Amino acid sequence: MKEPGDDTVISIVGLTKRFNGRTVVDDVALDVRRGEIVGFLGPNGSGKTTTIRMICGLLKPDAGSGTCLGLDILTQSTRIKREVGYMTQRFSFYEDLTIRENLDFVARVYDLDDRPRRVAETIARLGLERRRDQLAGSLSGGWKQRLALAASVMHQPKLLLLDEPTAGVDPQARREFWDEIHRLAAEGLTVLVSTHYMDEAERCHRIVYIAYGRIVARGTVAEVIARSGLSTIIVSGANVNKIAALVQGRDGVEQVAPFGNDLHVVGPDAALLKQAVDAAVAEVGGGVTAAPGATGLEDVFIRLMQQASVADRTSNGGKA
Amino acid sequence: MSASSAFSLSRVLAMMIKEFIQLKRDRMTFAMILAIPIMQLVLFGYAINTDPKELPTLVTSADNGPGVRAVMTALATSRYFALRPGFVSEEQASRALVDGSAAYVISIPPDFERDLARGLRPQLLIEADATDPSASANALAGLPEILASALSTVLTGPLAAEAAGASPVDIVVHRRFNPEGITAYNIVPGLLGTILTMTTILMTALALTRERERGTLENLMATPATPFEIMIGKIVPYIGIGTLQVAIIIVCARVLFAVPMQGSLALLIGITFLFIAANVTLGYTFSTIAKTQMQAMQMTFFWFLPSILLSGFMFPFRGMPDWAQVIGAVLPLTHYIRSVRGIMLKGAGPADLVGEIWPLAAFWLAVGAIALLRYRRTLD
Ligand SMILES: Nc1ncnc2c1ncn2[C@@H]1O[C@H](COP(=O)(O)OP(=O)(O)O)[C@@H](O)[C@H]1O
Ligand SMILES: [Mg+2]
Repeated sequence: MKEPGDDTVISIVGLTKRFNGRTVVDDVALDVRRGEIVGFLGPNGSGKTTTIRMICGLLKPDAGSGTCLGLDILTQSTRIKREVGYMTQRFSFYEDLTIRENLDFVARVYDLDDRPRRVAETIARLGLERRRDQLAGSLSGGWKQRLALAASVMHQPKLLLLDEPTAGVDPQARREFWDEIHRLAAEGLTVLVSTHYMDEAERCHRIVYIAYGRIVARGTVAEVIARSGLSTIIVSGANVNKIAALVQGRDGVEQVAPFGNDLHVVGPDAALLKQAVDAAVAEVGGGVTAAPGATGLEDVFIRLMQQASVADRTSNGGKA
Repeated sequence: MSASSAFSLSRVLAMMIKEFIQLKRDRMTFAMILAIPIMQLVLFGYAINTDPKELPTLVTSADNGPGVRAVMTALATSRYFALRPGFVSEEQASRALVDGSAAYVISIPPDFERDLARGLRPQLLIEADATDPSASANALAGLPEILASALSTVLTGPLAAEAAGASPVDIVVHRRFNPEGITAYNIVPGLLGTILTMTTILMTALALTRERERGTLENLMATPATPFEIMIGKIVPYIGIGTLQVAIIIVCARVLFAVPMQGSLALLIGITFLFIAANVTLGYTFSTIAKTQMQAMQMTFFWFLPSILLSGFMFPFRGMPDWAQVIGAVLPLTHYIRSVRGIMLKGAGPADLVGEIWPLAAFWLAVGAIALLRYRRTLD
């Protein structure tokens, strides 16, 4: 067992999980340092939940090894569970228990001392004093998430694993949720949070992008965008719709996506891209302006996903 | 137009197809749907026999001779009675009735032969275990005729003619433990066990599957709680509920049916506790196997059926064929019903019930071990 005098909180290599012969998490390596908020991004079914479950000992990896808070994820999951707060993708507190009963249950399960005070404090921090005897099942989605978060940190974990915590929550509640996460991180808590909201990715210190079980990009948002090598041209004006049909499929054009009145045209080669767009603009005979723009994270992710999909098909075809 | 209509055939069809596919995928449900009717057919068709035969019978005798031998032979060949060869002491016989190893004790009085030869119609005392009235009714009804025809071969001369008329012996029947043959005396202990079986198993079986279905199990497993803690935490409340049910049933049995309480209440409580613990642990084991609440419910019913049919609750145990008795002997309900009848109606003590207590305890331990082996710490 290594003693992390360094700041390593999660350090895993080669993590692999198969379900019925299908590889769902494939050779995943992940390093998370203390106090970091790491965004874990990827499309649905890419293996985010499965990876998180392996980190906190809910699933046994088929291959790979690593440590979580200096504890071996293969052999010390019982101790890991005590130090980790895990907020599941689906609300997994008891809907037929009241808020207070749920928190009380958690406090008891984690053997917290001074239980009534801890529960009361948590309720107060949530601002739910008046509703503490309401059934958890009767709360709105946003409140359920906040309750779940509060319950997951009540035992003061060192690492917080959040699995799509803001799915189906309105923007206001999402913002408050993220403010709270940053507050917790500032207090020294390490957070690994899965999401597929782009704006949430931008609120993370670092992101890791997983597709088809493999990590295909990692770094800060700026790094990930820069490394993608994509250029974007934004076309605006009256004839934007015609342009869309014209540039689609041309050499150098990979993605064409309307954003409001604008059109984002994205490609890996800046020169080829400009050529293609200029040609299309000439064909419609003006009425539009085309200017280089910033490439968005979403464009990068769509590209990564498409590339990974091709790779996945080739490798699965080879295997089968 | 059809989009807004209240009834849509295509929607119904879509549902039916969906249900069918789900059912097909759910092997467990499918197996149950097939197994339950088959099981019922088999049980009702073969196992149920309200005319039990070969009931264990002991004879105490103060006399011996051709008359006694004729009586013994007749009883042995009647198929109602499984006669243990030779004679036993009165004390042994009485004990056998209490612990249930004998269903009948036949006592032949002194001077039986002499009185028989003189046509004095000697008494033949038959003590029957009448806790379950239906178990002894047919055998007792057939007895006078069996004896008359047997003795007619021993008697000669004018006595033979007499024997052909009235019975040459005076048959005295003592229905022990339940002299009036009151069915409630038999039903109440049985019901106690049956209700406990049903409710305790079902409630615990649903306990864990509900968590799995609602997704709360993932959260529970992410906490430091160990399988054993979770098992105990889930079992104990249901033991409490079961105990409450027992209290209600016993009070009702006394108030409504005036069922006697011959034995020790403490012993009854002790055995009841063992029985509930065994059932609740079984229910928990079910819930580690079942994937959904529906499956847990089906498993409970699957268990419940043989329990009521083969435990001696619905039909006399000794009336069942051997294979059914073997199954019945494994079921906790069988031993519990015998214990409750023994304690409440016969005043049986711990020594009399050892044969019922150890199978209950063994069952509990075996099922508890399975439950702990089945529970996984991970979700896969
Ligand atoms: N217990 C399981 N058994 C079989 N397949 C599973 C199981 N859990 C997840 N999967 C499959 O693994 C893949 C990855 O799932 P998951 O980790 O939940 O993805 P994500 O959280 O990124 O949406 C999905 O295709 C899913 O169907
Ligand atoms: Mg997921």
